[in-house]
Amino acid sequence: MTTAVIEVQGISKRYVRGSRSSSGLLRDTLARTLRSPWTVFQRRKPDTFWALDDVSLQVGEGEVLGLIGRNGSGKTTLLKILSRITRPTAGWAEIHGRVGSLLEVGTGFHPELTGRENAYLSGAILGMGRQEITRKFDEIVAFAELEKFIDTPVKHYSSGMYVRLAFAVAAHLEPEILLVDEVLAVGDFKFQKKCLSKMGDVARAGRTIILVSHQLNQIRRLCQRVVWLDGGRLRETGPTSEVIGSYEREMSSPDALIEKGPQGGKAHFLKWWILDQGGKPKHVIADEGELRLQFLLKVNQPVYGLYHDIELYDQNRQLLWGNAIGNVTLEPGVYLCDHTLPYLPLRPGSYTWRATLWDGGENVADYDCVPEMQVATVPVGHPLDEKAGILNIPSECVIVPQSAAELLK
Amino acid sequence: MASVTSNPTAAGSLASRPPGTLTLRIEPPRTWFELRLQEFWNYRELLFFLVWRDVKIRYKQTAIGVAWVIVQPLLTMLVATLFFGRLAKLPSQGLPYSVFCFAALVPWTYFSAALVAATNVVVENQRVITKVYFPRLILPVSAALSGLVDFCIAFVVLLIFTFAHGIRPAWTLALLPLFLLLAVLTVLGVGLWLSALNALYRDVKYLIPFIVQFWTLASPVYYSSSMVPERYRWLYGLNPMAGVIDGFRWALTGTGQAPTATLLASSLIVCFVLFGGLVFFNYMEGSIADRV
Repeated sequence: MTTAVIEVQGISKRYVRGSRSSSGLLRDTLARTLRSPWTVFQRRKPDTFWALDDVSLQVGEGEVLGLIGRNGSGKTTLLKILSRITRPTAGWAEIHGRVGSLLEVGTGFHPELTGRENAYLSGAILGMGRQEITRKFDEIVAFAELEKFIDTPVKHYSSGMYVRLAFAVAAHLEPEILLVDEVLAVGDFKFQKKCLSKMGDVARAGRTIILVSHQLNQIRRLCQRVVWLDGGRLRETGPTSEVIGSYEREMSSPDALIEKGPQGGKAHFLKWWILDQGGKPKHVIADEGELRLQFLLKVNQPVYGLYHDIELYDQNRQLLWGNAIGNVTLEPGVYLCDHTLPYLPLRPGSYTWRATLWDGGENVADYDCVPEMQVATVPVGHPLDEKAGILNIPSECVIVPQSAAELLK
Repeated sequence: MASVTSNPTAAGSLASRPPGTLTLRIEPPRTWFELRLQEFWNYRELLFFLVWRDVKIRYKQTAIGVAWVIVQPLLTMLVATLFFGRLAKLPSQGLPYSVFCFAALVPWTYFSAALVAATNVVVENQRVITKVYFPRLILPVSAALSGLVDFCIAFVVLLIFTFAHGIRPAWTLALLPLFLLLAVLTVLGVGLWLSALNALYRDVKYLIPFIVQFWTLASPVYYSSSMVPERYRWLYGLNPMAGVIDGFRWALTGTGQAPTATLLASSLIVCFVLFGGLVFFNYMEGSIADRV
């Protein structure tokens, strides 16, 4: 491993429950003090919880580390401690190098100011000097594609324009260490792609990045190593595919199954899962073999001659595949729609199934299957992510010498 | 919170790295007071931008913009001259009452506006505070400084006004910046306390109008501090704005006596309040992001 640029030793953070929004009244405190002056010296036992509990980790130079975990698992708290917004209750951390943190896009933006003014202000707040911003200004404007509107107050911007400018400023921060929290999920699809590739550039430039994201796809694309936080503790740390794999296994365990989908009507879908070899339901594809998808359907009124459709979408809601079974006639009751696919060669990532029941033009039951399906197979294909496509098909190629005469035959 | 050293050996057990690498140590709060002036200095550009933002927004939002800065003390002066000068016939140290009053209103308007701004600055910037690190001390300092732009505009009007009344500036005018500095330090000292308290307690903001009103009456804005008996003058000087206003008026017009006793008491109390404010603000700084 290369030199550690971030070292975290036993960091813990305790919060007082409810202290955030309900800051007290000075009046009450004074009144209490006057009534019984000695209470000032008594520490009332506050209701506390540990947002982070004894977390230790090291990040090497040039490493891109992903931080995953459920909401409230302490990811953001850890980033806030490392970016010095809040202080730990115990433990210590050492960071070697200039730190830039990106916990939100548009930090410090003011609606009355123009795009140009906000770029300077936000840049300064994020830690850039005036000369640095001036030097990169044209680049920032070009990246945000806002040349025409740069002198318009941002209160007249659309939300897309606002976010583009905000991200463009942040993307031109050049710290040695970058802490990023879930900010890549902004803007339209085209702009998101631009942001991702910019992050990739930053990573390739040898900078150290800690990235928090719920989009496991992004983590997969950008990170070499992943830390999984669970309830403020370090659950697992290791190579990206391993940790994400076990994270997904846990997320898709039967406890995590969510019952959703439109209720009532003639029929509705209850839930869905993938049946693995052991017969256990899950939502992750971990190998390339046969796939059995099952959808649980509740029929409330008799239906005749319907179509049952399943469709597969990627994260950008692009249809990848679909299949339909005709002439479905069912009496009220609960049914299992059992689909078998010989294989599903998809690149690792999140995908959504959609199950529907059609009666001519009428949509009887429509179910955007939750949770999403996670594909956690080993990616094969192009070394550059943006060239790898969607399909994960192993292929072979040999290059052999060939004479011109043979080609002409 | 975190000490910044550029000495690579301070990194301790870790492997060697290129000289000049910043090392940041993040630890729980240990000492009750760390001033970190070096760090504050490193963030001076941000201070500049925050002041610039405040000024820019203020003049963009009000339709009459700059005029407001002049009209406000001018109108107050007119009303005060009518009631306190003409009707109540308050003594004005041999100056025309309008000059006497206006010379106090200009620094006083700065003080009261900047104090309100400094009190609210932490709460108003809570979104930034919870998302980015910078020395929080920057915020009250920027509030105290951005009021100076308004002050300068009003001050020019004041100069013209006194000149029009036939009062020629004396050598004492050179001392005026000192009194202005005392006013800035007073805003900062009191503002540090109030801004941290305001982040802690929701009801502090309701206290502010009362504090300002109370303070106006306790300062020699509309009356002369010479009305205060000589032996209580030092006690009166415990209100730092008494020293500021008396000194300001003296420096501008060159009439009367240098308010030495008041000024001494004022400077001393400002030092105490400012130091206490720094300690208190610093103590709260660590948890401010968790509280606002």
